[in-house]
Amino acid sequence: MSAYDEERLAELLRALPPAPRAWVTAAQEIPPVRGRLDELVARAEADARYREQLIADLERVLEAEGVEPNPIVLDALRERLAGE
Amino acid sequence: MRFYESVSSDLPTDAELVARCRSGDQDAWRELVERFSRYVYAIAVQVYRLPEADAEDVFQEVFTRVYERLGQLRDDGAVRPWIAQLARRCCVDRLRQGTRVELTEELEAGEAEDSLDRLEEAWGVREALGHLSQPCQEVLDRFFTRDESYRTIGAALEIPPGTIASRISRCLAQLRDRYEGEGRIQARTPSGGRIR
Repeated sequence: MSAYDEERLAELLRALPPAPRAWVTAAQEIPPVRGRLDELVARAEADARYREQLIADLERVLEAEGVEPNPIVLDALRERLAGE
Repeated sequence: MRFYESVSSDLPTDAELVARCRSGDQDAWRELVERFSRYVYAIAVQVYRLPEADAEDVFQEVFTRVYERLGQLRDDGAVRPWIAQLARRCCVDRLRQGTRVELTEELEAGEAEDSLDRLEEAWGVREALGHLSQPCQEVLDRFFTRDESYRTIGAALEIPPGTIASRISRCLAQLRDRYEGEGRIQARTPSGGRIR
């Protein structure tokens, strides 16, 4: 007799439900967002005033640039600005 | 309907996908995220029982690390165990940041291993599912992982709701045959994965 009766298979199928669509979409956008961060850091390196604005109000500047200021993006950008 | 598009056997292997991601192919990256999203989600929510908000942060953090460190992966075919390792580290770090120290210790004591073994088995079943007919994939996925009712499934697939229970039973029998045959062998081979 098979160890994989209907109940067992159902249990295993249920073990991998889909992740929320918004999470998946956000993760799929990592490369273009990283590209935008590269541009912002390059601009901050070339423009001291812009760099000051960026450090003073990171979230607002990111929103203005069309980048969602989620915690991971903010941490990554702060780290890069601190490391300049 | 992306899941059903994803499970055909002409999709790239994990190794092919990783190679394309490494060369900067953003479509490949989207495919990679799609493919492993359920897996990372299950590790965060089921294995480490993170609350939704923490799980979302961990989910994004895992894929960010995958993106940043893909160049360090030694064996492109072993991307799934590598992602699992990253996900586990992120989950444990998150638990340690909080106040749920006892839960962390309990999970580290072996419960997480058991849950991860179960996920491996589930992944194998899902790979086998990808080899079934599209209608079978659809009805099983809708019923078991999306919790859709017979009525919803019937409306979506344009089939009488009264026939769905028998379809599910037939499809589960096919899934069992597939998994106990070729599917089960693939389930133990981390490099062969093609599912999402």
